Amino acid sequence: MSTNPNPRYELRCRECQTRWGNQPISFCQSCFAPLEVAYDWERIRREVSKDEIARRPGNLWRYRELLPLPEHYDASSPAGFTPLLKAAQLGDALRSRSLYIKNDAVCFPTLSFKDRVVAVALTQARSFGFEVVSCSSTGNLANAVAAQAARAGFRACIFIPADLEPAKVLGTQVYGAQIIRIDGNYDQVNRLCSQIADKHRWGFVNVNLRPYYAEGSKTVGYEIAEQLGWRLPDNVVVPMAGGSLITKIYKAFQELVGLGFVTEKRVKFFGAQATGCSPISVAVKAGRHEIEPQKPATIARSLAIGNPADGYYAAKAILGSGGWAEDSIDPEIVDGMTLLAETEGVFTETAGGVTVAAARKLYAQGRILPDETTVLCITGNGLKTTDALAGRFEAVEPIAPKLAAFEQHLEREFAGTAAAGKGVA
Amino acid sequence: MSVTVSIPSAFRRHTEGADKYSCAAGDLNGLLDSLAARFPELKPHLRDEQGQVRRFLNIYVNDEDIRFLGKDYRFKEGDEVTLVPSIAGG
Repeated sequence: MSTNPNPRYELRCRECQTRWGNQPISFCQSCFAPLEVAYDWERIRREVSKDEIARRPGNLWRYRELLPLPEHYDASSPAGFTPLLKAAQLGDALRSRSLYIKNDAVCFPTLSFKDRVVAVALTQARSFGFEVVSCSSTGNLANAVAAQAARAGFRACIFIPADLEPAKVLGTQVYGAQIIRIDGNYDQVNRLCSQIADKHRWGFVNVNLRPYYAEGSKTVGYEIAEQLGWRLPDNVVVPMAGGSLITKIYKAFQELVGLGFVTEKRVKFFGAQATGCSPISVAVKAGRHEIEPQKPATIARSLAIGNPADGYYAAKAILGSGGWAEDSIDPEIVDGMTLLAETEGVFTETAGGVTVAAARKLYAQGRILPDETTVLCITGNGLKTTDALAGRFEAVEPIAPKLAAFEQHLEREFAGTAAAGKGVA
Repeated sequence: MSVTVSIPSAFRRHTEGADKYSCAAGDLNGLLDSLAARFPELKPHLRDEQGQVRRFLNIYVNDEDIRFLGKDYRFKEGDEVTLVPSIAGG
């Protein structure tokens, strides 16, 4: 049990509402539906104000009262409070006049939004007395668990599908984590981890610690609101793998309204998937919440979850908000990555390409209007998925280290462009 | 013909602690009926009031999600069925 004798929170079944205190379980022991964290909002309202939050250091611990943290925890992880960028040039390209990028491509310490969820999960792993932390991962989570476990002094054992990008494998091993490659896709890895967690006393951040872990994603929503000057946007566009992030941003906005930190507003939630793995997008487009699983085939491997744990809740949140979901094929995803890089100087991984590609469609369809304040959630860094861009750019031939060679090159490559202008020094 | 079901720990308080169950069911419906008949307390956790398999109950045959095999999938001798109460991950 948690060491916190009087927590502000406890686990509650999302379906039958049974309360389960605080323990490392992910589903209701009565009806077997997923659990989530419920809070004592009366107490939280007395204990924290938005002015107090605004005075705190720029990381996710600034929202500590709104997260399921034990009484004593290590707040040394630098995760969270990533930039919210006004994206004027991308806005021009998409025909938006009020577009923002929530840039978790630069979330610390491992350059994805998974640093947020892991930071929260490890506080509970410590509190429950786990020595080994683990996860099933499509890559970003593996990196985040490995790095933060190293710093916090846990042993880490990470389960990944065998075909993961090399940068994500290396970016896990470098921290001393043990990797177990599974000859199967993510859904098979995930199922295996559920079976292992049922038998071994390990702290699987996204299995038995999942209700706590997932709450870390709420900080994306808190930050968007705070960085907009404590107001909610009109729309958010969120990539979907397991579907948790979009539901947690939704929850975060509801909580901020409940606390009186922001004015109530109907925010539309838009989900983005790769066409090659689009179980939630397909459900939304059919106007239903029930998810039909798929076998993923996409370059967006960080989103390649064919049986999304929160797919049902994600579809429900999207449809209930008046939003929509879109999916994009691999070339559109790569175009999304390069468009974001060329317009805003943000190099995102394939999942970010999925988000930009979806946004492009949503503006074109008129589902998002130009004057509405819209935030695109960019959740990971492009340096981890450079293989997706293989062959995208021509190899650059070297030239001799001579001024004459450069002048020739300039004439040849930039003839007729501004860059070819002489005597401008 | 015999099919073996692995029962997760959360279900075992309804199965007198049994972690495996074997029966001669020919398909998923037969299997759920057999489980429900043998362990009546488990019955409401397998199907909802309308008789549909519970939304959060995941069923695998060998390594495959049964939804990919089709609801009419006929079990083969030695098939191993795994129940996962609520899928996690992501």
